[in-house]
Amino acid sequence: MDINHTLEQSLFAERIARQPGALQALDARLKILSLLLMLLAIGLSHSLLVILGLYFLALGLAGFSRIPLGFFIKRVWLLIPFFTGLVALPALFITPGPALAHLPLGMVITQTGLTTALFLLLRVGTSVSMAVLLVLSTPWNSVLKALGVLRLPAVIILILGMTYRYIHLLLHLTNDMFLSRKSRLLRRMSGPEERKLIAATSGTLLNKSLQVSSEVYLAMQSRGFRNYPRTLDTFKMRTIDWLAGALVVLTTAAAIWLGR
Amino acid sequence: MSKIKIAFHSLTQGTPRSLMIYYGIFALWLFTTAMHIPDGYLSPVTSIIMFLIVLPFWILGVRKLREKMTSKNVPLIALLAAFSFVIMMFNVPIPGGTTAHAVGGALCAIIMGPEIATMAVSIALVIQAFFFGDGGILALGANCFNMAVVLPYVSYAIYQAISKNQPTSSKRRIVGAALGGWAGLTVAAFFAGFEFGIQPMLFHTANGTPLYAPYPLSVSIPAMVFAHALIASPVEALVTALVVAYLQRANQSALEFVKKPEISPELSGFAKWRVLWIVLAVMIVLVPLGLLAPGTAWGEWGTEQLSSLGLAFIPQGMAKLSGLWSAPLAGYDLPALKNANMGYIFSGIVGTIVIGIVAWLFTMLVTLRKSGVRSE
Repeated sequence: MDINHTLEQSLFAERIARQPGALQALDARLKILSLLLMLLAIGLSHSLLVILGLYFLALGLAGFSRIPLGFFIKRVWLLIPFFTGLVALPALFITPGPALAHLPLGMVITQTGLTTALFLLLRVGTSVSMAVLLVLSTPWNSVLKALGVLRLPAVIILILGMTYRYIHLLLHLTNDMFLSRKSRLLRRMSGPEERKLIAATSGTLLNKSLQVSSEVYLAMQSRGFRNYPRTLDTFKMRTIDWLAGALVVLTTAAAIWLGR
Repeated sequence: MSKIKIAFHSLTQGTPRSLMIYYGIFALWLFTTAMHIPDGYLSPVTSIIMFLIVLPFWILGVRKLREKMTSKNVPLIALLAAFSFVIMMFNVPIPGGTTAHAVGGALCAIIMGPEIATMAVSIALVIQAFFFGDGGILALGANCFNMAVVLPYVSYAIYQAISKNQPTSSKRRIVGAALGGWAGLTVAAFFAGFEFGIQPMLFHTANGTPLYAPYPLSVSIPAMVFAHALIASPVEALVTALVVAYLQRANQSALEFVKKPEISPELSGFAKWRVLWIVLAVMIVLVPLGLLAPGTAWGEWGTEQLSSLGLAFIPQGMAKLSGLWSAPLAGYDLPALKNANMGYIFSGIVGTIVIGIVAWLFTMLVTLRKSGVRSE
C-alpha cells in the first residue's frame, strides 16, 4: 500500500515549491503554458539528440531551482525502467530492420528496434521530468488557479481543488481503517479475507464520502457560497516572466526545427 | 488467415520460438500496468484528436452537473473524484500472488450515472497526471477517453441492462455490477491498444523506425485486451460487485442515487437502450479514423500488396492459404461501391449492424429471462 508514500511525497513537493529558486519565482500560468510547449516539443521532435538536450535543460532548471538533483533523477528514472523500459524491451528484437548485434540464443537486436526503444524511453523520461519540475516548483494552489489560463471553467477548478484536499482526508481515513484492522490481527489474512476487507473499506469510504460531501455543502452555504466560486487572482506577469516566456517559445521552436 | 500469418511471421523473424512465448507472457503482464498512458507513447497529433473526442463528453458532463445539480453537487463530485483516486491505490490481492488495482469508473457510473462519472474520473486523472506523474499530460485526452468515458458508459449500459427495475437488494445488481465492470475495463483496454497500435503505422521515420509506441495493432490490441480480460478487468469486476453488495447491506440509498423517471416497456428501443446506442455511435465515429492511415495496417498486407511492397517472392504456403477464406467484405471494401473510402465506412457500418444484432439477441435473452424471473 503506497498511501503513506503518496502523503509524504505531496508534503515534500509543497516544501520545495515554497523555497526560493529560479522556477519558483516565475508566474504559475507561464509555467503551465511552458510545460505544454515543452511536451509538444518533446513529442514532435524526431531526433534523439534534441530530446536528450531537452532532458539536460530540465536537469539544469532543476539545479537552478534548488531541487535536489539526486531526488529529481531518482523520482523519474526509478519508475520508468520498470514500466516503459520493460514495455520497450521486446521492441529491440521484434522491430524489423538491419541487425545491430547478435546475442546468444539467436536473438538479434535490430538498429530500428534500438532507436525506437530509445525514443520511447527518452520521450517518457523527459516528459515526466518536465511535469515533475512544474509540481516541485509551484504550490498546488497556484497550479490550480493558473489552470484558468487554459480556459477551464471556474467550477471545475473549484472541484479540482476540493478533490485534492479530500484525497488527503480520504487517504488518512483509509490509513486509519487499515491500521485499526491490522492492530487487531494475530496472523496474516488469507486472500479472500483481504478482498472482503478491501470491499468493506471501499464501501465505508464511499459512505463517508457521501456524508462528508453533504457536510461540506452545509459548511459552504453557511459561509455564504452563492453558486459561483471567487478566487483572489494575484498573478502578475513581470519582465522576467515575459523574458522566460520568450526563451521557452524560442527553445520549443528550435527543438522542433532541429528535430525535424 | 494469410494476413495474420504474415503479421506473425514479420514479427517473429529471427527470434526463437521459446523467446517469443516468453515475450508473449511478458507483454501480457506488462500491458496490465499500461492503462495510464504516459507522454511519449502517443504522437501529439493522436493526443489532440483524443482531446477532441473526449470534449463532447466533458461538455455533456458539465451540462449534467449544471442541470441536475445545484451547488450541492460541487462537494459531491469532489468527494467522488477523491474516492476514485483513492480506490485506484487499493491493491487487491489476486490468486497467484500478485496484486492489481481497480479504476473505480464502473462504481462511480453505477452510483452517479455515466455523465457525472466521466467528470469524477477525469478529475482524478488530471490530479494523477499533474501531481503524481501517473499518466501523461498531453495523453490526458486518451486516458480520459479510455478510463473516464468508455469504462463508465459501457459498465453503466450493461449494469442497467441487467438490473433495470430490480429492487436495490436484488442479486441481479451484483451480477450487473460485476459484468459491467469487467466489460467496461476490457473495452477500455481495447481502445488503449488501438491507440498504441496505430502509432507505428502512422508515425515512423523514413527507414520505418517507429517514433512512438512501437507495437503494431496485431500485437498491441491482443496484448491489452487479453491481459485486461484476464487480470485487471476481473479486479474491476470484483471491486465493483463487492462494493455494490456491501452497499446493499449498509446503505441502500446510495444505489438509488441516479433517480431517473421509470422507463415504461412501451417506450421505443432507442430510449430504453440509449446509453448503449451512444457507445455504439462513438465506435462508428471512430471508424473513419482508420482512413487517416496511409496504406495498409502495418503487418496486415495481403499477398498482392506484399509484391507491390517489393517482395518478389511470396511463400507458397501463404499463396495457398490466402485462397482458403475470402471474406464477404475483403479488405473492408465493397468493389461495387467503386470507392475504397466509402467501402471502408460501409464495412464499418455493416460490422456495427452485425454486432448490434448480436447485442440485440443477447438483450432479448436477458429480457426473456427477466420476465421469467418476475413470473415466479
